[in-house]
Amino acid sequence: MIDNNERRVVSVIVVNEASVLSRITDLFSGRGYNITSLTVAPIPDSKYSRLTIVTAGSVRVIEQITKQLHKLIPVLKVYEHTDLVEKEMALVKFPITENLSDINALCSAYNGKIVNVGDNVIIVMVADEPKRVDNFLSVIKRYNPKEIVRSGSVALER
Amino acid sequence: MQMSGAQMVIEALIAEGVDTVFGYPGGAIMNVYDEIYKQHGFKHILTRHEQAAIHAAEGYSKASGKVGVSIITSGPGFTNAVTGLADAYMDSVPLVVISGQVPMSLIGTDAFQEIDAVGISRPCTKHNYLVTDAKDLGRVLKEAFYIARSGRPGPVHVDIPKDVTAQMAEFNYEVEVDLETYKPHTKGNPRQIKKAMDVILSSKRPIFYLGGGVINSNASSEVRELIHRTGIPAVETLMARGVLSFDDELLISMLGMHGSYAANMAMSETDLVIALGARFDDRVTGKLSEFAKNAGVIHVDIDPASVSKLVNADYPIVGDIKNVVNEMLELCSYIHPETYESWRETIKNFDALHPLTFHEDSERLKPQWVVKRVGELLGDSANISTDVGQHQMWAAQFYPFTRPRQWITSGGLGTMGFGFPAAMGVKAAEPEKISINFTGDGSILMNCQELMTAVEKKLPVINIILNNNFLGMVRQWQTLFYDKRHSETDLSVQPDFVKLSEAFGGIGYRVHTKEEFDAALKEAVEKNIVTFIDVVVERFENVMPMVPSGGSLFNMMLLEKKKEKK
Repeated sequence: MIDNNERRVVSVIVVNEASVLSRITDLFSGRGYNITSLTVAPIPDSKYSRLTIVTAGSVRVIEQITKQLHKLIPVLKVYEHTDLVEKEMALVKFPITENLSDINALCSAYNGKIVNVGDNVIIVMVADEPKRVDNFLSVIKRYNPKEIVRSGSVALER
Repeated sequence: MQMSGAQMVIEALIAEGVDTVFGYPGGAIMNVYDEIYKQHGFKHILTRHEQAAIHAAEGYSKASGKVGVSIITSGPGFTNAVTGLADAYMDSVPLVVISGQVPMSLIGTDAFQEIDAVGISRPCTKHNYLVTDAKDLGRVLKEAFYIARSGRPGPVHVDIPKDVTAQMAEFNYEVEVDLETYKPHTKGNPRQIKKAMDVILSSKRPIFYLGGGVINSNASSEVRELIHRTGIPAVETLMARGVLSFDDELLISMLGMHGSYAANMAMSETDLVIALGARFDDRVTGKLSEFAKNAGVIHVDIDPASVSKLVNADYPIVGDIKNVVNEMLELCSYIHPETYESWRETIKNFDALHPLTFHEDSERLKPQWVVKRVGELLGDSANISTDVGQHQMWAAQFYPFTRPRQWITSGGLGTMGFGFPAAMGVKAAEPEKISINFTGDGSILMNCQELMTAVEKKLPVINIILNNNFLGMVRQWQTLFYDKRHSETDLSVQPDFVKLSEAFGGIGYRVHTKEEFDAALKEAVEKNIVTFIDVVVERFENVMPMVPSGGSLFNMMLLEKKKEKK
């Protein structure tokens, strides 16, 4: 079997209880799998939470990850996404002295905008596919971003 | 009914039908021990170390098939028990381990004897709980027992803060366990089973590869029937010893690193592996890419994560072995034992070429002889526990096992110090059977304090120390792969094992000859007191055959032919 370490997105539905997140992350570290990003929040009006985990591995590794996750007692469902809508958010802080109209135009191209203006800095938000967020972050380098924060991915199967 | 958390623990154990608990008290668990003092529903066996309490519960569970129970305190009490939890996890032993914790108000303050117990036990238990309110305790304990024994069994750890054991709350143990997120798959897919039977029918050289799951599933008699009706030969893993009786014509032997030549060759030549409750461990497969290279694989296991984990299963069947084999039995009338006549003949020839044996020596006792001799003298009347190392492999190779749950060993984790406390648990579970522990001069010292428990609670385990003054298995590797540099494995400086046993009130023998051994064993059985039989054996005996680590199963180092005497 060819061992191609492809990027994969896995969603996990878990009972929203103490230490459930460490059960998941312990499993990844204990079995030598890696987590590229992880997003977790409660599912509204239920006792469950949804985790979106971006990981990488061969078909066999992903199959094992899925099965091992499922073996954890508080795990209800595990989806390995194949056809998905995936979004990620980034917040970036710029000096107010930079070209704001350029930055604003760029943000619009990536589903974003200026979300906060202070005396010395502005903060912008973009929300897009992870690859496009990569692009955005590379393009805005010339405007001297002071701080960048990225969320993990969230995903839904089409 | 209103009661304290500590009382709930007692009530839950009684409701679960627990008759024996192994444990060790301490500050954080004192409320529970106070209730243990007052109750008459079960027996408490005080071990002399928390690790031994868990191993004893494991031995009890492995011999009886019931959930083993252990109670310990917080901090060092718990950390001492971790090896036992890990051992039970690796070998799928159903346990409920209850530990005390510092009061809720002190959690996170580095209080006296505080440790994040659930944080530590998470990767070595099937599940764990920190109970923060006594009203949850009944449900948690009920779930703990259910999770421990269902699906692929395993240890469940319940950590209870001291104030929770004092807290009064409503207790109702009649509730049904309802875990929406945990539904073990016990019934195999009928279409997959049918497909598997079809492929068996069309195979020429099939082989049953039996693992510990057969014993966990209590499916030995069904598996025996399936094997006899199909005439397909079988190999056993270390954990499956006793599924088939030693004298069964269709049992080849144990396979793997120290498996027999015939078993390993059959596994290499087969065209269809029928794995039942086995997990393709590296000690079994050797080099994976060469393992059963030309064979299809049917893999039956209750744990979906075990299927296709290491070897791709062409016919995966997730389900309880007993259910699946029962369905297979209904479909197996098309398979005729005569079909595999020549295959069985081939395997017989393998066995004739290099049988599983050893060379006797007129000067010194051979460890293998000791195992065989115990088999001849005690056979079915004994349960056999072991520690870990050379003696364990010799016991697995040469003891004439006749039934499941007769063989109690630490396979996955390979825990030295397992044998003696486990053998006490075995004796507690099956008092009418003789409880033997084959051990080494290295292993026995890792839990020899249990002599005290065995004397006090009248658990007359007979420990047979195959004493070669070495940490034998490591010495064997050093001899073979490290150019005989015996780094830190020479155990020439030893206690007087006879006096050691006697110091605790047990009995001891040091034997050099066959006659002395026979006499010592006979006397130990008659006296019915915990015993050390210190058997002086050949120092440099190696366990053979041997598949070097990472090598292919068919490339075995074999027993050297005996030199002709001039």
